[in-house]
Amino acid sequence: MENKLIVSPSPHIHSGDSIPKNMYGVLIALIPTFLLSLYVFGLNALILTLASILFCMLFEYFISRFLLKIEPTISDGSAIITGVLLAFNVPSNLPIWILAIGALAAIGIGKMSFGGLGKNIFNPALVGRIFLLISFPAQMTTWPAPVLASATDAISSATVLSRLNFGSALPTLSSMWVGTESGSLGETSEIALLIGLIYMLWKKIITWHIPISILITVAIFTAILYIFDPQPLYNPIIHLASGGLMLGAIFMATDYVTSPLTKKGMLIYGFFIGIITVCIRLWGAYPEGVSFAIVLMNGFTPLINYYTTPKRFGEKQNG
Amino acid sequence: MLKTFRIGGIHPAENKLSAGKKIVNAALPAQVMIPLAQHIGAPCQPIVKKGDKVKVGTLIGKSVGFVSANIHSSVSGTVNKIDKVMDASGYKRDAVIIDVDGDEWEPTIDKSDTLKRECNLSSKEIIEKIAGAGIVGMGGATFPTHVKLTPPPGLKADTLIINGVECEPYLTSDHELMLEKAEEIFVGTEILMKAVDVKKAVIGIENNKKDAIARFTEISKSYPGIEVQPLKVKYPQGGEKQLIEAITGRQVPSGALPISVGAIVQNVGTTFAVYEAVQKNKPLFERIVTVTGKEVKNPCNVRARIGTPIKNLIEIAGGLPDDTGKVISGGPMMGKALPNIEIPVAKGSSGILIIPYSEAKRKAMKDCIRCAKCINVCPMGLNPTLLMDLTEFQIWDRAEKQKITDCIECGSCSYTCPAYRPLLDYIRLGKGKVTGIVRARKN
Repeated sequence: MENKLIVSPSPHIHSGDSIPKNMYGVLIALIPTFLLSLYVFGLNALILTLASILFCMLFEYFISRFLLKIEPTISDGSAIITGVLLAFNVPSNLPIWILAIGALAAIGIGKMSFGGLGKNIFNPALVGRIFLLISFPAQMTTWPAPVLASATDAISSATVLSRLNFGSALPTLSSMWVGTESGSLGETSEIALLIGLIYMLWKKIITWHIPISILITVAIFTAILYIFDPQPLYNPIIHLASGGLMLGAIFMATDYVTSPLTKKGMLIYGFFIGIITVCIRLWGAYPEGVSFAIVLMNGFTPLINYYTTPKRFGEKQNG
Repeated sequence: MLKTFRIGGIHPAENKLSAGKKIVNAALPAQVMIPLAQHIGAPCQPIVKKGDKVKVGTLIGKSVGFVSANIHSSVSGTVNKIDKVMDASGYKRDAVIIDVDGDEWEPTIDKSDTLKRECNLSSKEIIEKIAGAGIVGMGGATFPTHVKLTPPPGLKADTLIINGVECEPYLTSDHELMLEKAEEIFVGTEILMKAVDVKKAVIGIENNKKDAIARFTEISKSYPGIEVQPLKVKYPQGGEKQLIEAITGRQVPSGALPISVGAIVQNVGTTFAVYEAVQKNKPLFERIVTVTGKEVKNPCNVRARIGTPIKNLIEIAGGLPDDTGKVISGGPMMGKALPNIEIPVAKGSSGILIIPYSEAKRKAMKDCIRCAKCINVCPMGLNPTLLMDLTEFQIWDRAEKQKITDCIECGSCSYTCPAYRPLLDYIRLGKGKVTGIVRARKN
C-alpha cells in the first residue's frame, strides 16, 4: 500500500456544524429586524448598521494582528454579530464617530481584552452599548421620530418606556408589536424579533430556555403588580412589547459565550434577567434595564455554571 | 410517537449503503490468524501447538478466569505457529496462526440449515453450552455472554431485551442477519429467556429498518412472550443503558449493572450465535461483517470466518479505493481506526468502513464558544466541555464528581462540536485516570 492509513480515536465523522455556521445563522435570524429598521428609520439604519459592522471587524482585525499577534478570526462571523447588535442598540441619528467609540469598547474591551471569541465574560455588544450610554447619555437617549411618522411630529420622540415612566400618552399596542415606534434601531419590532427567534430554534442554534424564561418572568412579575394596581406602568403586554426586552432576550442574553451551559443554569439566568429588568424599568434611574440586567447576569454565569449540572442519566430513580 | 431514550442523542447521516445486500460467504483464506483475546477480560490459554491438526470448531483457546471466552478454530488445517499478531486494538497480541486445508468440520456440529425450534435444556445447561461455544457480545463490546447471563446473586431480570437497533451509521450486518435469519433469532431469544428465566422479551429495532420490523412483527405472533418494539432513529440507541430506557422507561443508575433495573440486553448477532451454539452445537467461529464506505465499489455484507485478514473482505467489496484515508473496524462513531489491512476479523468485528482521505482528517480545533451543544447531545447527561477542561488541568476529584466514569464513549460530543474540539479524546483519558484512582482507593 502506497498511502499510509490515518489512525485516530473515534468518532470518525463530524456533524459539519461549525462556528461560522452558527454565527451566520444568528445573522440570518436578524434579517427581519434589519429590514424593518430600514423601513422604519430609512437610510440611517443602513448606514449605522454597515458602519458598525465595519468598525467591529476592523478593530478585531487590528487588535488580533498587531496587539495580540494571533490569526484574526473576523471571518467566523462573530464580529459581524457584535456590529449588528451594537447598531441595533443605538438611536438611528447617533453620530458615526460615537458609534465607532462604541465599537472599540465592544470589541476592544468587551471581547479582545479577554482573548477573543469564547473567552469574554460580558456580551461585547452590550459592553459597547453601556459604554456609550454612560459616556454619551444625551445622544444615546434622544430618539428621532420614525421616518414613517408624519412631518408634524416632533423631531425627537420619546420611546414607549420613557413615556410610561413619565406618564405620557402611549401608542397603540399593534404599532408597538409591529415596530413603527420610536426606539433604537433593532428593538422596535417584536414581531420581527420573534421571527428571528423561531428561525434560531428551528435551526437549533439556541434552545428556548433563555429567551422564554426571561419573557415569562417579565410577564408574570409585571402581571402580579398589574393585578394590585392596574395602571399602564405595570401592564405586562406593554412591557413585553417595549424597549429592548425582546432584542435582549432573543439575541443578546442567548450569546453562547456569556450565558450558562446547562438548561437549569439557563433558566436561573433568564429568571434573574427578567427580575432585574423589571426592577430597573420600574424603580431604577433608567427607563430601560435589559442591557444592565444581561451584563449583570453575564457576570454570574461562571458561578451558575459551577453550581448547576446537566440532568444526569440514571440520577432520578425510576417509576 | 415512537419510543426512544430521553436525554441527548444525535442523528448522523445513516449512509446504510449496504442495506438490502444479501449476505455473501467470504472464500476461505489460505491462512487465518485467530487472536486469543477477542473479548473483554483475560486472554485465552492456547491449547494447541505448532503442527497440530485442527478442524472447523475445534477448541484452540481455553478461557481462563471468570470473564473470558473460549476460542475455536474457524478452519480446518494445521497450526503453523502461535505468534504475536496486531489486532484491531493496534496492539500485537497472541494469536493462533493456522494454514488452511480443506473445510472439515467437527462432526458434532449440525451443518444443516433447517430450523430447530425445540429446546429442552435447562437454564444451567444452556449457559454452559453458550460458555463452551465462546460466545461474546457481538455488537462490538465483546463481553462474554455466559457471564452476562449469570447475574450476581440476589438480582433477577424480568425483561430480556434483544438489541436490533444497529444505530451506528453505515453498518447493516445486524439488519441483514435479521432479514435472513429471523426465525433463528426468535428461537435464540426463547433460549435466552429460558436461560435467564424471564417471561418477557422485547426486540428493539430502529424505524429505519421497516422491512425487519414488519417481518419480526409477523413472526412474533407465533412466539408468545416476545414483542417487537420499533424505535425512533437516534444514536446511541444501541447503547445498553439507552436501549433499556427506550424500551422499559427505566434508567440504570450510575455505576450499576442493567440487571439492577431488571434488564438483560443481548445483540441480535449474539442471539443468532446462541441459537447456533445451543441448537446446532456450533461454536462461534464466523460472523457477518459489513464492508462499506462512500468510495467502495460494492458495499456488502459478508459472512467471514474469524481470523480472515480484512483485506480479503475488502477485495470482495471491490478492493481498497485509491482515495482511502482511513480503515475502521466497526462503525464511524465508535469503531477503531486500523493501522493496516492485514488485521484479522474477530468476534467483535461488526463492520469494515473505508473513509476517503478528504473525510479522514480532523479539522483544527478552535476555542470553545460555550454553545453547550455537547451538553445537549450527551446521552448520559454529562458536561463534556467541562470534563475536557478538568482532564486538561488534571483536576481529578472534580472530574469524578462530574461523573466522568459514566461516559459511554459514544462520541456524540466530538461529533457535534462546532469548534472541532476533541472532547472524547480528553474524556477517555480522564475517565481512565479517574477509574484508576477510584480502584486504588477501594483496595
